[in-house]
Amino acid sequence: MKLTKTILGALAASTALAGAATAQTELTLWYHGAGNDVESSLLNTVIEDFNAAQSDWTVTVESFPQQSYNDSVVASALAGNLPCILDVDGPVMPNWAWAGYLQPLPISDEAVEGHLDATIGRYNGEIYSVGLWDAAVALYARQSTLDELGLRTPTLDEPWSKDEFMAALDAAKASGNYDYALDLGTAWTGEWYPYAYSPFLQSFGGDIVDRETYASAEGVLNSDEAIEFGEWWQSLFEEGYAPGTSQDPADRDSGFNEDKYAFSWNGNWAAAATLEAGVDDVRFLPAPDFGNGSTIGAGSWQFGVSSACEHPEGAAAFVEHALQDKYMAGFSDGIGLIPASKEAAQMTEKYAEGGPLAVFFDLSEQQAKVRPVTPGYVVAAKVFEKALADIANGADVADTLDAAVDEIERDIESNQGYGH
Amino acid sequence: MSSKLTRSNRAGWLFALPGFSLLFLFIIVPFFFAFWLSLTNQRLVSPNQAEFVGLQNYSNLLGLAVVTLEPERDDAGEIVRDDDGEIEYPRVRTITRNKEFPQYRGMGEWFRWQWGDTAKVVIASDVLFMKALVNTLAFALFIVPVQGGGALLLALLINQKLRGINVFRTVYFMPVVISIVVISLLWRFIYSGNDGLLNNILEVLTFGAFTPIDWLGRTDTALGSIIAMSAWQGMGFHMVIWLAGLQAISPTLYEAAAIEGASKWQTFRYITWPGLRNTAVLVLIVITMQSFAVFAQVDVMTNGGPLDSTQTLVFQTVERGYGKQDISGGATISVILFLMVLTISAIQGYLTRERK
Repeated sequence: MKLTKTILGALAASTALAGAATAQTELTLWYHGAGNDVESSLLNTVIEDFNAAQSDWTVTVESFPQQSYNDSVVASALAGNLPCILDVDGPVMPNWAWAGYLQPLPISDEAVEGHLDATIGRYNGEIYSVGLWDAAVALYARQSTLDELGLRTPTLDEPWSKDEFMAALDAAKASGNYDYALDLGTAWTGEWYPYAYSPFLQSFGGDIVDRETYASAEGVLNSDEAIEFGEWWQSLFEEGYAPGTSQDPADRDSGFNEDKYAFSWNGNWAAAATLEAGVDDVRFLPAPDFGNGSTIGAGSWQFGVSSACEHPEGAAAFVEHALQDKYMAGFSDGIGLIPASKEAAQMTEKYAEGGPLAVFFDLSEQQAKVRPVTPGYVVAAKVFEKALADIANGADVADTLDAAVDEIERDIESNQGYGH
Repeated sequence: MSSKLTRSNRAGWLFALPGFSLLFLFIIVPFFFAFWLSLTNQRLVSPNQAEFVGLQNYSNLLGLAVVTLEPERDDAGEIVRDDDGEIEYPRVRTITRNKEFPQYRGMGEWFRWQWGDTAKVVIASDVLFMKALVNTLAFALFIVPVQGGGALLLALLINQKLRGINVFRTVYFMPVVISIVVISLLWRFIYSGNDGLLNNILEVLTFGAFTPIDWLGRTDTALGSIIAMSAWQGMGFHMVIWLAGLQAISPTLYEAAAIEGASKWQTFRYITWPGLRNTAVLVLIVITMQSFAVFAQVDVMTNGGPLDSTQTLVFQTVERGYGKQDISGGATISVILFLMVLTISAIQGYLTRERK
């Protein structure tokens, strides 16, 4: 009897709670960061503050592990169960917008003024998603290595040219001090390939797809410049400058810190570990300029509104609330990301002017270029990844790039041009 | 009045109902669903309505053609040769991208051979599928004798009345219980090219004469490495099946053989092996069916690389359906795979039937 009473009591209490909550409209938020305690508690602070600061909306969060996040969204979209606010990876956003998973985010221009370009997800002339942070990639090197090999320290204004870069690799290789001169991170599969390596291709003068029309990759991914890029890419592995696709993931994580590699092409998220490992003379160098300027990839996780959301203004209010400098600085300090605004960067320990990672903010601000803004990017990225892995493993460059072009084109055709 | 038999049958059906309904819901319904999807152009993520496209997905996968490449000739009509004396041919793309040959559009080179001065090139609509098909068949062809034979050997070893034999049985069975993903990760370390366990062992055994091999990073060793590891992993399971078969053979037969003075080999050849006939058929068919579904090892260890040397059909199904959002393409591969496995199992069943 006592048990029944308790259950009834609990039921009554929960109904009362639900009754009280109807005064505010509930908005569900899906987030990709399950399993990361720091990230979760940062996000919870933002949500609690928002819920307390106004009386119209209550945001509740459901977190998913990053690995299965996209699958969960796709599955729930097919089932018609999308939450109101979605967290979306920058390059994937156009795909979801095109598929009708997302609706434009009704956010004011002032809210994102002065933010890094790549943190604002624009598609078809409208803002669909906004991020609190970005990520950037740099060439890790020790000052001692540069001095020892007699190399000029490249700067943002004057990055290494292709010849200087190759001379640096030659010098590192000839010194015999390292397992490999360059660590490109080929052990990381998936989105890392197009994110980290397509900027090299762009610097050579090619690209993954034709950004003018988004209808084809012919003459872009298999242009003479792209083939030149491919030959260069292949030579890095054939001539033993860099470990190939079977690189040990453990070496990728700690190889540079343990002096196995002279240079490492890695993101800002790995910088904290390098500094903690005692590599205090590490320099973060800009990408070499292969002829068309030095550039890196951009665009990280962002917030958007799902098409199922009946209250996009509520979602926009939450996103505007989250875009405060203090939260962006908090995420940066907590999980090492580059804050979206200069002001927020000044509030962080590492990205403030003179901070150890300030250079990453400058890289994001000056050189970052978003990946092709098209729904077809999701597939093109996979094709590009495979092409680069194959070329690294010795496949014929021109044939591989041609085949990649064919596959991308077939995909665009079977999607009726992806609405461009 | 119902007989005892139907009544107990009713209870039997009732007990089987949860299992049957789950099988129906998660195996049979999805199968027919996949068959239907393979006839449409359904995408995973798309605002476009799916349309019925007939057998187009099948022709996109299975399309094959042979084209002949004439050697390049210079102005004098002489065949152009490169520095190594090899004849130079125009690129296959001059045909597959040629408006005169719309039927070859989008096809790619699978393999070629020399025919006099010309080159015969087999082009496929989907080279990746063809490579995955060949790899899967090779995988099945090698793993059936290795895994089945190894399991029989283990079963013979542990079918003895020794003290602590259960320890051996447990140890041999252990890999079956561990998740294949965990095993694949461990074997990645074992096969590692830098200082993997396998390279270290081989170096010690050969007193340093052996040069380390990047087992998973080379086209000629990657598939073999996966086959060896998969055979080892699944051996314990089939060992138990063999063991059950061995223990079902009447001991009197062995006693009679011993009295007749049969040698060990004769005992095996004329008593054990005939007694294991039905078990052998079961093991053969089960290993074949399992081997066509190889996926996790490839996904964790090589991602289909290097140079497609470890692409398999199920890996391609997943890669297409989810990675490239081409659900109908993935469904088509799985239907083709189903038909293949069905045919092969039927042939095996026919060949190993009991002749009376």
